[in-house]
Amino acid sequence: MSATSARPSHAAQPSGGAFILKKALISALVALVLFSLMIGVRTEAGPQGGLIYWTRFGDLAALVATVFGGSIIVELLRQWWGPIDKDSLVPKPVQSAMSFAGRWLAPALLVFAFLVPVIFYDQRYILDLSILVLTYVMLGWGLNVVVGLAGLLDLGYVAFYAVGAYSYALLATNFGLSFWVCLPLAGILAAFWGVLLGFPVLRLRGDYLAIVTLAFGEIIRLVIINWQSLTGGPNGVSGIPRPTMFGIPLDNSDSGLAARLGIEFSPTHRLVFLFYLILAMALLTNWVTIRLRRLPIGRAWEALREDEVACRALGINTTTTKLTAFATGAMFGGFAGAFFATRQGFISPESFTFQESALVLAIVVLGGMGSQLGVALSALTMIGGFELFRGFDQYRMLVFGIAMVLLMIWRPRGLIGHRAPTVFLERNQAISSDLVKEGHG
Amino acid sequence: MDYFAQQLINGLVLGSIYGLIAIGYTMVYGIVGMINFAHGDIFMIGGFIALISFLVLVSLGLTAIPLILLIVLLVSMAITALYGWTIERIAYRPLRHSFRLAPMLSAIGMSFVLTNFSQVSQGARVKPVPPIITGGYTLHEGSQGFAVQLSNIQIMVVLATIVVLALFTWLVSRTRLGRDMRACEQDQTMAALLGVDVDRTISMTFVIGAALAAVAGMMYLLYYGLVDFFMGFVAGIKAFTAAVLGGIGSLPGAMLGGLAIGLIETFWSAYFSVEYKDVAAFSILIVVLIFMPTGLLGRPEVEKV
Amino acid sequence: MSGDHILTVDRLMMRFGGIVAVNELSFAAERRKITALIGPNGAGKTTVFNCITGFYRPSGGAIRLAHDDGRTIQLERLNDFRISKQAKVARTFQNIRLFPGMTALENLMVAQHNALMRASGLTVLGLLGLPSWREAERRAIDLARAWLDRVGLLDRADDAAGNLPYGDQRRLEIARAMCTEPALLCLDEPAAGLNARESGGLNELLLSIRNEQGTSILLIEHDMSVVMEISDHVVVMDYGVKIAEGTPQAVRDDPKVIAAYLGADEEEAIAVMESGT
Ligand SMILES: Nc1ncnc2c1ncn2[C@@H]1O[C@H](COP(=O)(O)OP(=O)(O)O)[C@@H](O)[C@H]1O
Ligand SMILES: [Mg+2]
Repeated sequence: MSATSARPSHAAQPSGGAFILKKALISALVALVLFSLMIGVRTEAGPQGGLIYWTRFGDLAALVATVFGGSIIVELLRQWWGPIDKDSLVPKPVQSAMSFAGRWLAPALLVFAFLVPVIFYDQRYILDLSILVLTYVMLGWGLNVVVGLAGLLDLGYVAFYAVGAYSYALLATNFGLSFWVCLPLAGILAAFWGVLLGFPVLRLRGDYLAIVTLAFGEIIRLVIINWQSLTGGPNGVSGIPRPTMFGIPLDNSDSGLAARLGIEFSPTHRLVFLFYLILAMALLTNWVTIRLRRLPIGRAWEALREDEVACRALGINTTTTKLTAFATGAMFGGFAGAFFATRQGFISPESFTFQESALVLAIVVLGGMGSQLGVALSALTMIGGFELFRGFDQYRMLVFGIAMVLLMIWRPRGLIGHRAPTVFLERNQAISSDLVKEGHG
Repeated sequence: MDYFAQQLINGLVLGSIYGLIAIGYTMVYGIVGMINFAHGDIFMIGGFIALISFLVLVSLGLTAIPLILLIVLLVSMAITALYGWTIERIAYRPLRHSFRLAPMLSAIGMSFVLTNFSQVSQGARVKPVPPIITGGYTLHEGSQGFAVQLSNIQIMVVLATIVVLALFTWLVSRTRLGRDMRACEQDQTMAALLGVDVDRTISMTFVIGAALAAVAGMMYLLYYGLVDFFMGFVAGIKAFTAAVLGGIGSLPGAMLGGLAIGLIETFWSAYFSVEYKDVAAFSILIVVLIFMPTGLLGRPEVEKV
Repeated sequence: MSGDHILTVDRLMMRFGGIVAVNELSFAAERRKITALIGPNGAGKTTVFNCITGFYRPSGGAIRLAHDDGRTIQLERLNDFRISKQAKVARTFQNIRLFPGMTALENLMVAQHNALMRASGLTVLGLLGLPSWREAERRAIDLARAWLDRVGLLDRADDAAGNLPYGDQRRLEIARAMCTEPALLCLDEPAAGLNARESGGLNELLLSIRNEQGTSILLIEHDMSVVMEISDHVVVMDYGVKIAEGTPQAVRDDPKVIAAYLGADEEEAIAVMESGT
């Protein structure tokens, strides 16, 4: 944790060995004070209920030394590379190469996605992980409509995910409705809640909207926890029916798919089915979003993000435009929620915390607001990267947080830094995201 | 009536703690224009540092409680302030002039870092401390055996809040630093042209906000007798709610909002249901914002076209 | 002066707290004519526009819009987007307000939002890609192309609006307003920041809009050469009140007008006098 800034102007500062040493010493000193009590002393509730503590000066010294060394290395690297500049970090030729690759990346990813169950048929773990990644891709694409296109900051997106999940879980367990009936219902209910929340609050601007959506997310979660008779409270809902392949169950019963096809039953069948199901749902989300962008409603969303006042001067009803964005995003969230419920077979309020909203928002922002490909890539990176730390459970969120900070500093405008126009006369050229506004609502 | 008075006292005490945290949100928002999502965790860190320094002092053989508390207060304010300073330098300053969502995401990331740093370094279990300040007064002996109690710790929380607020108001309204802060709040470029060191002023804003959060953390520790790594999240969003309710950017608004949230929560638990106290607080926030889109004391937004 | 008025402003008042930005202002704009609203900085011209286009709710007075078909609309009762959608009043802004991250063409497509919304069956038909929608979209693109051509930006159609030079942005904003097919076009200082050549081009554009589209124009302008050359009628404001009105020649020679400009800004007063000689 070196206490330095990454602004280019700082690189012009003196750069001798003494300077580096001084900087490293200051960093080490700061680290020493910061960690002195938190690392140097470990507290724990003792066996008699009182509090005991022991010291860990070794760990403290090691950490401070790491900061000292790390600071020197970072400073040396910085001088070696010259000023950290966005352009020098990603040189122009590389950028154009990337945009060329970008044209092929999306189809390549798509083909790869279709082949995943074929390639990894024997690796349950990878199939499971891919399903998880695709769920987040879908959530990211859904939230992208609200945040990336319409420029409305939604910190409670997980609420709609929860509404979708509980809608399916409760309808299926209480009324025995099938997944295919519940899926549209879950989307509609989530959209309905989106409108219900959106209607009164969408005239709020910027950070006021952010806190209201956050509050809404928490309200939904707290109601789920406390309305025990309906939702089962903290224990959640279990025994949620697994999806059927249009009525044919994917189990090892006599009427199951395996038996009907006369092949040996394997639990992987269901996994593969779930994989293609979420892939289809995500692609549908993507297709609809791409279509909507080229329709007047989608253009109005983006115009709203660019300049709300100008929209009103052009006769655009900004309230309904915002509501449709909110409802569309909520609906996709609801679909994803229903899928989540059927995949897990069990849901509880723990899956719908603010952290989840923050994660999806991070996926959208890191992807490059508004870019469908960017969202997919960042979901893959974040969820996949998160899995790399599976063995270090304790440190997982810590590393995740650090990665989030570093990624934001590295690419504040996200991985895909340009916007594709929705219509063109002669040349379909990307627009640099420096021009694209981020919205105020 | 007695029951009501008791809840009023409890609500004011809780509200004081929220208010102290809310000031940190509002100050940063006023000057940098970002929601410092990590601020709730700064409060949690403040609580932990108070706890650890208290343990260390006691085991060093100090026995004079007032002296111990004073040292604990100063130590936790100082170290927590350094946390605030460091976070601003690492996670926010590089993003100062960038896209609006980038610092917010960076702050959310920082909040994860702090929560999990404290979980990893101090363990996940709740840390209880025995009551340190005991005793109190019975204000009114009710007829059905219900007495209105005012405990010493409650007096202390409220007194500490008043003293800290008085100091803080003096700082903002009378000192050079306060003037610089107000200048930066109005117009950073102009302030820089007039010789205000903007970087330093922003750093100091984080330092002061974190120090106030440390006071709140210590009060929380003394009042509830426990800390845990997750307490920053809940207290943080409550205090943030308080800041927005009061009108984000407004310092008196933050305190007012804090008291309001504290009272709403306490009264709701007392008269309706404990389970839904947070739902009540959030719902009231939404309702207030619908009718007063910039909070209770926030400046109305004028739209220049 | 009792011609065919498209817009009649009747004792319009606008207060902000203690400030009276517009005080009992009355004037009228003739149909298919260019009416200029001039006055020193801070006179309240933009505020009048904001009242007409629904961004401010007037503290008092009436604003009537009489359409060609005889419909009369009380603008002070409509708000916000309905002014453009129902009353067909379009405007531009003193500080250009384009959608900078969208292309010039996209800007003009957004302007046709309401017509396209209807054609897309409130999105449903559009989502299905029905031919009727395709046809409507093609016509919209043609209209946008025609306007880009009119303002000389056809070759920049696919560039981001935020990347265009200043003068181009001004013209694009006018084209965008025209794509809403307005009956009354309100332009807030369209010549501000333009050089002499660009400002000459602007004159031609505005005259052609009046003559070919038959759109009535209400114009706020500082550049006296523009005002003198193209306006049919001039209204002069100072401190929120009307101090003179008439033909450009009459206004130009009015001592009250010269004094108002002299009091406000010497250079502008000289510009007024010079353009008279
Ligand atoms: N939203 C507002 N709030 C307060 N005062 C305003 C507002 N809009 C305009 N004014 C005031 O009204 C007066 C006229 O401003 P304006 O209409 O912009 O003048 P002009 O366009 O003629 O230069 C100015 O004194 C300005 O400060
Ligand atoms: Mg003006």
